[in-house]
Amino acid sequence: MITHIHRPLRVVLYEGQGAIPLHAEARAKVMAALLDKGYAVTRAASGAPAMPHDDRNLLLLGSFPEQKAPEIEDAQGQIKIDTRDITGLAAEDIVSLVEKTRGDKPMNEPGKWKPWFPVIDYSRCTNCMQCLSFCLFDVYGVSEDNKIQVQNNDNCKTNCPACSRVCPEVAIMFPKYQAGPINGDEINEAEAGREKIKVDISSLLGGDIYSALKDRSAAAKSRFGKERSPDKALDERKKCLTKLVGDGFIPADVLASLPSPDEILRKAEVAKARAATALANIAAS
Amino acid sequence: MPDSSPTLLYCRCAYAQVVPSGVKNEVLQRLCDAGVNFETVSDLCEMAAHRDPRLAALSQCSSLRIAACYPRAVKGLFQQAGTPLSADAAVLNMRNQTAEGIVGQMLAIEPIKHIEESQS
Repeated sequence: MITHIHRPLRVVLYEGQGAIPLHAEARAKVMAALLDKGYAVTRAASGAPAMPHDDRNLLLLGSFPEQKAPEIEDAQGQIKIDTRDITGLAAEDIVSLVEKTRGDKPMNEPGKWKPWFPVIDYSRCTNCMQCLSFCLFDVYGVSEDNKIQVQNNDNCKTNCPACSRVCPEVAIMFPKYQAGPINGDEINEAEAGREKIKVDISSLLGGDIYSALKDRSAAAKSRFGKERSPDKALDERKKCLTKLVGDGFIPADVLASLPSPDEILRKAEVAKARAATALANIAAS
Repeated sequence: MPDSSPTLLYCRCAYAQVVPSGVKNEVLQRLCDAGVNFETVSDLCEMAAHRDPRLAALSQCSSLRIAACYPRAVKGLFQQAGTPLSADAAVLNMRNQTAEGIVGQMLAIEPIKHIEESQS
């Protein structure tokens, strides 16, 4: 479910014909202040064309002669264009002016929510479906053409990058994560190898939940063949997650928000079946 | 004749403090100093999270040059939002490049390396 859908109005800092350009320092200050409040700002003077406009209302800010902003309307009558003169105003006053113009229309604001969700690097992803099997929060799904994809961003637990750690191809990124390669930094072979070792550990701890078990060694096969049971898998999965918490890899509240053991088992079975179906469909096509 | 000037985009990364503030402030200041036209967004991740249609508008801009974070991540964000970047788009990384280097590349007249090559 996607809940953060409020888009701010588009603010244009107009310094083209008919307006008096701001000093560069003032320009940077007002743009930073608006961006930090969540607005998108276009700086427009003469030169390269701006990004095409969409259906949002537009607010034109500028320093105009006689401090009088011109009245402008959309030639096609599709959007409302407000204009405001900002001559002599400090950055915080300009932000207040924009907020007042926005009125009570909702918008997302920095500080109230963190955009935390996995991003798949499809140039590395082999569609193995381990992430789908691993995640207990239904973040992942399968597209109509049987490709793994992120379907429920908002289900992702903030600051939890656990799925990226079990990805054998280091193909899952969290752009807001601090360290590489999870943050999208380049991957070197040593890091990729380290991630693959982590997958092996997770797979061992996860019993029959992870499809990576298919690739385990003959010795591991023998050992886990004796130990495999739903209860064991649940227990070990929790141990795996607890270890990740202990190592500082995922936040403790993620562990606290895990579904019940029965629900975990059900979800794991459903995810496993979905992954198997998708992979079977690919093999058959 | 279509305008082939690059479209410059600056991402503030306002929803999380993972881009060094000194670098992102300096990049913004340098772009402002240059007096060029450019687009800014509060946070590309926030936009990608809800598949903001503005990403499509941005990805269709000619010769897009983006000051944001890791190119692999930025490319993935656009692709995941259903609006992949074109091959001539370039991503400059405010997490590991200098502001001077980034703005120098953004304002360069000649084409710059595309997304796969502009990691560092």
